[in-house]
Amino acid sequence: MAAGAGSAAAALPGERIVVSRWTRLLENQRVLATALLAPGVAILAAFIAYPFVMAIWFSLTDISVGTRGTFVGIANFRKAWNDTIFQTAFWNTCFYTFWATVFKLTLGMWLALLLNRHFRFKRMIRAWMLLPFIIPTVLSTFAWRWMFDPTFSVINWTLYHLGWISDRLPFLSDGDWAMWCAIAVNTWRGTPFFAITLLAGLQTINPDLHEAAALDGANAWHRFWHVTWPLLLPVTLVVVVFSVIQTFSDFQLIYVLTGGGPANQTHLVATYAYQIGIHSGLLGEGAAISLFMFPVLFLVVLFQLRYLKRMEGA
Amino acid sequence: MKRRTFLKATGAGVAAVGIEGILAAHRAPAFAQGTSVHILRWNDFVPAADKVLREVFAPEVQKALGVKLNVETINANDIPARATSAIQSGNGPDIIMLLNNLPHLYAASAVDVSDIADEVGKAQGGIYAASQQLNKVGNQWVAMPWSVVPALIAYRKSWFEEAGIKEFPKTWQQYHEAGRKLKAAKRPIGQTLGNTFGDAPTFTYPLLWSFGGQEIDAKGKVIIDSPETVESVRFMTQFWKDAHDEGGLAWDDSNNNRAFLSGEISATLNGASIYVAALNGPDKFKTEKGAPLHTDILHAPLPAGPKGQFAYHTAFNHMVMKYSKNQKAAKDFLRWAHTRENYEKWFTVQRGFSVGIAQDWEKHAMWNNDPVMLPFRSAPRLQTRAMGHAGPPDKRAAEAWNKYVITVMYAQSANGKMKPEETVKWAAGELGKIYA
Repeated sequence: MAAGAGSAAAALPGERIVVSRWTRLLENQRVLATALLAPGVAILAAFIAYPFVMAIWFSLTDISVGTRGTFVGIANFRKAWNDTIFQTAFWNTCFYTFWATVFKLTLGMWLALLLNRHFRFKRMIRAWMLLPFIIPTVLSTFAWRWMFDPTFSVINWTLYHLGWISDRLPFLSDGDWAMWCAIAVNTWRGTPFFAITLLAGLQTINPDLHEAAALDGANAWHRFWHVTWPLLLPVTLVVVVFSVIQTFSDFQLIYVLTGGGPANQTHLVATYAYQIGIHSGLLGEGAAISLFMFPVLFLVVLFQLRYLKRMEGA
Repeated sequence: MKRRTFLKATGAGVAAVGIEGILAAHRAPAFAQGTSVHILRWNDFVPAADKVLREVFAPEVQKALGVKLNVETINANDIPARATSAIQSGNGPDIIMLLNNLPHLYAASAVDVSDIADEVGKAQGGIYAASQQLNKVGNQWVAMPWSVVPALIAYRKSWFEEAGIKEFPKTWQQYHEAGRKLKAAKRPIGQTLGNTFGDAPTFTYPLLWSFGGQEIDAKGKVIIDSPETVESVRFMTQFWKDAHDEGGLAWDDSNNNRAFLSGEISATLNGASIYVAALNGPDKFKTEKGAPLHTDILHAPLPAGPKGQFAYHTAFNHMVMKYSKNQKAAKDFLRWAHTRENYEKWFTVQRGFSVGIAQDWEKHAMWNNDPVMLPFRSAPRLQTRAMGHAGPPDKRAAEAWNKYVITVMYAQSANGKMKPEETVKWAAGELGKIYA
């Protein structure tokens, strides 16, 4: 209204300003906010909310491919909970997420601190570092699968010719080895995301703080622990939460690298849900398995939101 | 010219050109030219066969029926995912190639093809019993069997001879002994026990049966937890350590091909794709003495156990989808493709890797070309069991197959994670939930 009054004031005396109904409508903040939010809400409703509600409905029915299904209550959840493959997959998902996140954070922080220094070709190296993150996961995982191949692994070949091993290392043919291989590939792929985000956080820290700490006699570790780390904590928490969400629901990497094998030992919740729901056509059971991820991810997001709210209030 | 005269003249002209023209040209009328059929199949291990579909079948069926054939090929392991999404969305290929007993899983979405199956069966000497089991639900054919890829052991003749084995082992015990010697000479047997569609279950199911184990009895009761099954797992665990390349736990269906062709393994259960690849690349694949590798390859069936000798051969079937708007054209195409003269074009380029679904194809002259391929000729006739034995190969058997329950049962003991008794109990638990 104020803007309208301003416009009227700027008009020549006697001149009448015509304001369309739409303009007047959009001057109402509530209407404008609704109009601006509507496309986003529509996209979220169509591509997030609708599939989510459908997944909940499917999980409560015995629907299989090509049939309508009938309501079965929580029978699918009960079946999954008592399923030993599901139990393994759930444990694997937690294990995989925990260790991959720990490694990505450690290496990402280390890399960010290195890249925050001044050296020649700094910009070029920062750009190159992003390559693992840019290459499509399926493509890079295929390359890793070849490197871990049970028969033709280039790593085994190299170690054998260096005389360091006499037998092939069972990269993908032993369940424990295969899980660590998957964690290694995930770390390789995800570290640049941590590094670049933490680097951005590092660059917001005023160098005077480090200088003052150094003058007070703080060594490199003390400067990191008492200056860098507290100031970087908000960025770190956000990046860790994003990474946990992505890693916990990871699918492509395991699907391409191990297919859940050997002997189902590397299945994650997402890959097992796919095997049951899509491969075996048991859509209800597959939906129930995938929904087991929801409470975990919900807690992670809740934690993130509460933290951000506290930061805003501080 | 008056309007009436004009109409008469042009009408007669169109009629004449129409019916006589169609008959003379041996082609469908123009209105059918727009009909297209989208078929989804696997990337054939014999690429020349896909070429026949695209470069021979497509133009010929267009000429004969006015049907535009669109052939799409993907990795066989990904077909169930495509089928599920197509059925649920009600949109996708008109015909989907389904392996083994998957027709039972998707039966609710299938068009009845009993008329085609009956015609082909009658005309070509009868469709094999296993193909009937896998494609019939009740009395209705829900999918049309297309081919069978027999699984036989491809082995290096000279390496077996050098290990003192003159004749391929007839029993599992003999094969174990042979494998022990071969592995000691750094020429192990290669076998996948991984989560993969073909070579793993075609090995583990017959192994189970040959020791007397089975998933369920005729009444549908799960009876896998038996002394016979435990014995088969115990045997396999020792056999694995003594005779196999232990990397096989992570192999898919293509790893053993690469390992065999590069001289890493001495024997492996496979379709004939290893031999066909060696035959097509005599300069590329050679023995350590420099001879073409194909001259040193022979084939043999899986050995016999205490309770008999069994086999499972991978079945390839075509389902016409209920959601398809081109059901008639899709069925017409299948009928056309199964005629002797058309099917033969695809059958011969396979050189025996894929065999026909009816007995007359055993008599084809192609079998006279290469004695090494002869064991494949009648292999499907000797297949007496399917998954889910002694019950039908139904949805539940398909679920157990897709979850790799039997293969994982052996793998868990072979990799030392479980004792034979434990892994059999685990399998009984999994099957119990499926057959509940």
